[in-house]
Amino acid sequence: MANPGTADEPLRVAIVGAGPSAFYAADHLLKQPGLNVEVDMFDRLPTPYGLVRFGVAPDHQKIKTVTRSFAETAASPHFRFYGAVEFGRDITLDEIRAHYHQVLFATGAQTDRRMGIPGEDLHGSHPATSFVAWYNGHPDYRDCQFDLSHERAVVVGVGNVAIDVARILCLTPGELMASDMAPHAVEALSVSRIREVHVLGRRGPAQAAFTTPEIKEFGALSDVDVIVRPEEAALDPLSRAFVDGASDRPLSRKIELIQAYAAQKPAGHSRRVFFRFLVSPVELLDDGAGSVGGVRVVRNVLKVSGSGSLAAEPTEEFETIAAGLVLRSVGYRGVALPDVPFHDRWGVILNERGRVLDPDSQTAIAGEYVTGWIKRGPSGVIGTNKPDSVETVTAMLEDAGAGRTFVPAAPEVEAAETLVRTRQPRCITFEDWRRLDALELEAGERCGRPRVKFTSVDEMLAALGR
Amino acid sequence: MKMQSVLAAKGPRLVTVSPETPIGDALKLLAEHNIGALIAVDGGRVPVGILSERDIIRSLAAGPAPTGRTVGDLMTRDVVTGSPEDDIEAVLQTMTSRHFRHLPIIDEGVLVGVVSLGDLVKALLNDYRGAVDTLETRLMTS
Repeated sequence: MANPGTADEPLRVAIVGAGPSAFYAADHLLKQPGLNVEVDMFDRLPTPYGLVRFGVAPDHQKIKTVTRSFAETAASPHFRFYGAVEFGRDITLDEIRAHYHQVLFATGAQTDRRMGIPGEDLHGSHPATSFVAWYNGHPDYRDCQFDLSHERAVVVGVGNVAIDVARILCLTPGELMASDMAPHAVEALSVSRIREVHVLGRRGPAQAAFTTPEIKEFGALSDVDVIVRPEEAALDPLSRAFVDGASDRPLSRKIELIQAYAAQKPAGHSRRVFFRFLVSPVELLDDGAGSVGGVRVVRNVLKVSGSGSLAAEPTEEFETIAAGLVLRSVGYRGVALPDVPFHDRWGVILNERGRVLDPDSQTAIAGEYVTGWIKRGPSGVIGTNKPDSVETVTAMLEDAGAGRTFVPAAPEVEAAETLVRTRQPRCITFEDWRRLDALELEAGERCGRPRVKFTSVDEMLAALGR
Repeated sequence: MKMQSVLAAKGPRLVTVSPETPIGDALKLLAEHNIGALIAVDGGRVPVGILSERDIIRSLAAGPAPTGRTVGDLMTRDVVTGSPEDDIEAVLQTMTSRHFRHLPIIDEGVLVGVVSLGDLVKALLNDYRGAVDTLETRLMTS
């Protein structure tokens, strides 16, 4: 039997997940000269684009323009999108094996890492991911409640998500309206009483994961003072030695900016964001009624390891920050999928350069692949997923060429389509999405916003007249 | 970027030897797996040394071919190790300034992988490519 990829037997690929890594992979597959390929993309959510829609901050519209190139990929006649179809529930791995030659898992890092400290589950303490999903209109999070009645909030972590969350808490009603934030969140945040946001980094400014534009942006907001303690902005000798040896201009700029904030006097704006360094939460304190009343933090010093990396080590010096809302953003991890090998400690699907591995033999399982955050863990920007997906697709093509694929009994496009529509009559196609997209943009235009999002499948189906 | 991302995409496959392994066998392993270093472990998964191409070259340059000798005779015993939590930029600085090309990664006392200078360069290159791509996308849309 000839290997799949010919006009008679096109290579059938199922992609689970519809975020950037999924689209970069689909694009790379569809652009292979001489290869006949038919790609079906599934997502448990009704809409495509994953974290571009539900992760990227609603006031960062420019970043979201990457979806234009994804929409071009989706326009291929050899591509189909099935939204609101969940892997493991609406379609199983065995069914995928029966209809496709290959499956590519691109499900991202859907959950947060825990801090592992007492009080973490008190009322008022949330993973930042929930808050982000809530304000971005993720259907599973639209009914979440965040207590915005306190004066002070603590954000744990200094990655770009932590910075997004801190900034969102500092926006004025006017700034909120200029974003595509979900209406329920705009309403709640417009009457927020939070006036101080404390962002906690366990290491120093030289190790903070956020990028310079992210914190520079605070200076451009209309009603926020940025406050940094000069003693925390100053570099310790170990960090100084690293920065001097790195000749990394963006890193130096970031440190200069943090030090400029430290040197500046507050202008008296109504909101204040405090960037703290070398502090770690050790306990969330109960206010006496089961809610967060404060965060006890320990001061850290940096120690160098044999490999040269700088790690935080706690001292005996503690302080308490009174706060009624805590958003934890200390890292993300993937979620295991039914019947797919998972590396629990790393929070990824066990793989070698994109080929899913059998955990016992550590050899590749023919036909199964992985890309994006569920492959390498949460790292990099949207574009980082492109070279990552190219690596995986290269492995897929190599294996397809060597006949190492599933051997589907019913590889026809129509067979899979019939199965999916039987299992999930509410599934959303890319054509449906184009109509929803247009409706969201029109709704935005009517009220001077970039977009007004649908936040439930029912709303979407109603808008589509189904 | 954390070392864990490099490990996660590289996979868990590890080639280890014991210090008693004959050099001939070690050379075969290096060739068969197309790698530049072997980690010597004692019993469990605790590294006691690293045998790199350079150790072998040094031995060859110093005298007769090391046939009949063991990994333990030639390996570097003072092994620098890393952790999955390490920042790869800092580790890269250490590896280039101290001239070593392989770093065993230890998690909770156990060897979980080896990263090479090549792995780190590739990860950083992808990171930079991704950043450039994202920045270009932003610049090209007005």
